[in-house]
Amino acid sequence: MQEHWVVIKNLSFHRAERPIFQGVDINIPRGKITAIMGPSGCGKTTLLRLIGGQLLPEKGEIRVDGHLIPSLSRKQLYRVRREMGFLFQTGALFTNLSVFENVAFPLREHTDLPESFIRDVVLMKLEAVGLRGARDLMPNELSGGMARRVALARAIALDPKLIMYDEPFTGLDPLALGVIVKLIKELNTALGLTSILVSHDVQETLSIADYVYVIAEGRVVGEGTPEAMLQDKSPWVTQFIRGLPDGVVPFHYPTATDYKKDLYL
Amino acid sequence: MRNWLTTTGDKGLRYCDHVGRSGIFLFHTLYRCPRPVKSFPLLLEQLYAVGVLSLSIIIVSSLFIGMVVGLQGYHTLSRFGATQQLGQLVALSVVRELGPVVTALLFAGRAGSALTAEIGLMKATDQLASMEMMGVDPLWRVVSPRFWAGVISMPVLAVLFSALAIWGGYLVGVKWLGVDPGSFWNNMQSSVDFRLDVVNGLIKSGVFGVVVTWIAVFQGYDCVPTAAGIARSTTRSVVYASLTVLGLDFILTTMMMGGW
Ligand SMILES: Nc1ncnc2c1ncn2[C@@H]1O[C@H](COP(=O)(O)OP(=O)(O)O)[C@@H](O)[C@H]1O
Ligand SMILES: [Mg+2]
Repeated sequence: MQEHWVVIKNLSFHRAERPIFQGVDINIPRGKITAIMGPSGCGKTTLLRLIGGQLLPEKGEIRVDGHLIPSLSRKQLYRVRREMGFLFQTGALFTNLSVFENVAFPLREHTDLPESFIRDVVLMKLEAVGLRGARDLMPNELSGGMARRVALARAIALDPKLIMYDEPFTGLDPLALGVIVKLIKELNTALGLTSILVSHDVQETLSIADYVYVIAEGRVVGEGTPEAMLQDKSPWVTQFIRGLPDGVVPFHYPTATDYKKDLYL
Repeated sequence: MRNWLTTTGDKGLRYCDHVGRSGIFLFHTLYRCPRPVKSFPLLLEQLYAVGVLSLSIIIVSSLFIGMVVGLQGYHTLSRFGATQQLGQLVALSVVRELGPVVTALLFAGRAGSALTAEIGLMKATDQLASMEMMGVDPLWRVVSPRFWAGVISMPVLAVLFSALAIWGGYLVGVKWLGVDPGSFWNNMQSSVDFRLDVVNGLIKSGVFGVVVTWIAVFQGYDCVPTAAGIARSTTRSVVYASLTVLGLDFILTTMMMGGW
């Protein structure tokens, strides 16, 4: 029905008197991979938590599949969340459960499916991320890349319509990174998921995203297709996409005192 | 002076805020309607972790405390030539006071600290947040079974503590120091009142169970999600729980003694 699965209008949010967002508008088209990029600490994780309803905005509206997230009751919110998958930066696997039980967790909580059916679904999801053989391992026995793939299998266990990836590329070796990039792309096309990809890894993100938003200092400073972003002339976008150390975003954290004075020269 | 007033006021406000939030937290935990089929295995698992695993410390401490009370009591009573009253002395001090209080203190150290650290670590590693994002309420899935397991375990452990401590007193008094076993048990039976002593002791341990577990799970859920934050919450969990138990014990004893 709608063309956009998630619609954010004029969003404002503060944290400890520090503005994180000031009037942000973002549309996430359905069935596409939308990347949200920006430097660390610009509020990417915060944005995902706002979409998931874990935080409430001060101003503006957030709609997911037509539901106005901040106005939902707890019960309604929990129902809407079943349609969302969320891949945490850390993976956030349940450390006291095996790989199999981690993936089975949402199924056991939300459905009354017979055990044989749960087993089949879990094995299918683990097969999709290439870890069917690791089903009996515990999370502390997994490498970083494997843990993230298990978390991904868990996030898609209930066949969500929307999946949010919080920095899925951070801290992975090149091989594991390649696997995750491929998985995100494949899941998007195979399952027709709407994907939100939050990242500051420019290369990988631009290679799979359909549309890109760049946020900095609480505003959207650039948006467009990956090709358009590479051509973009705005100082913010060029500095971020090319990874220049100094530019609109200064290398130095602002300070009132002069460097020489600080050193008593 | 003004500074002092400001900091005190600040601390007072923060304290009220803390107590208020823990109250709301408890309300939400209790309010979650249980789904029997799914909650029961979770409760069993926690009963094992919280209750069964506390058994060893309870058994060992209760025996030693019972033996010490027996020994001390014997020496005091022998001065008045009243050693046949030993059973009464051991039973009353254990059933009324030592059982509920020492069990609660040990429980706060053994199980309460573990609950706080576990929930705190789950928070720090985003496990609670990821549960929320899956549409599973962590208050229901994580906190509620732990809370009920603590509330159920405490009175059971306290009863066990009292029984074993009396047995420890018996070992020392009768088997070692030669008090007549008949008078030991008879005096105990005739002086311990079921309603006034046993039931009141159970009430105490029930109250302590609620308080200690509540403090433990709240401190875990409310912790600052860092290594230092978890350490601080775990310490607080044990300190607050112990102090609250001792304070409440005085209040409860006053109420019970006052012909209640
Ligand atoms: N619980 C919190 N309390 C106060 N400030 C926070 C909290 N969490 C994050 N912040 C601040 O909000 C900003 C945005 O954080 P985050 O969304 O995690 O950034 P990103 O994911 O883009 O790196 C950061 O500057 C961070 O310091
Ligand atoms: Mg982040």
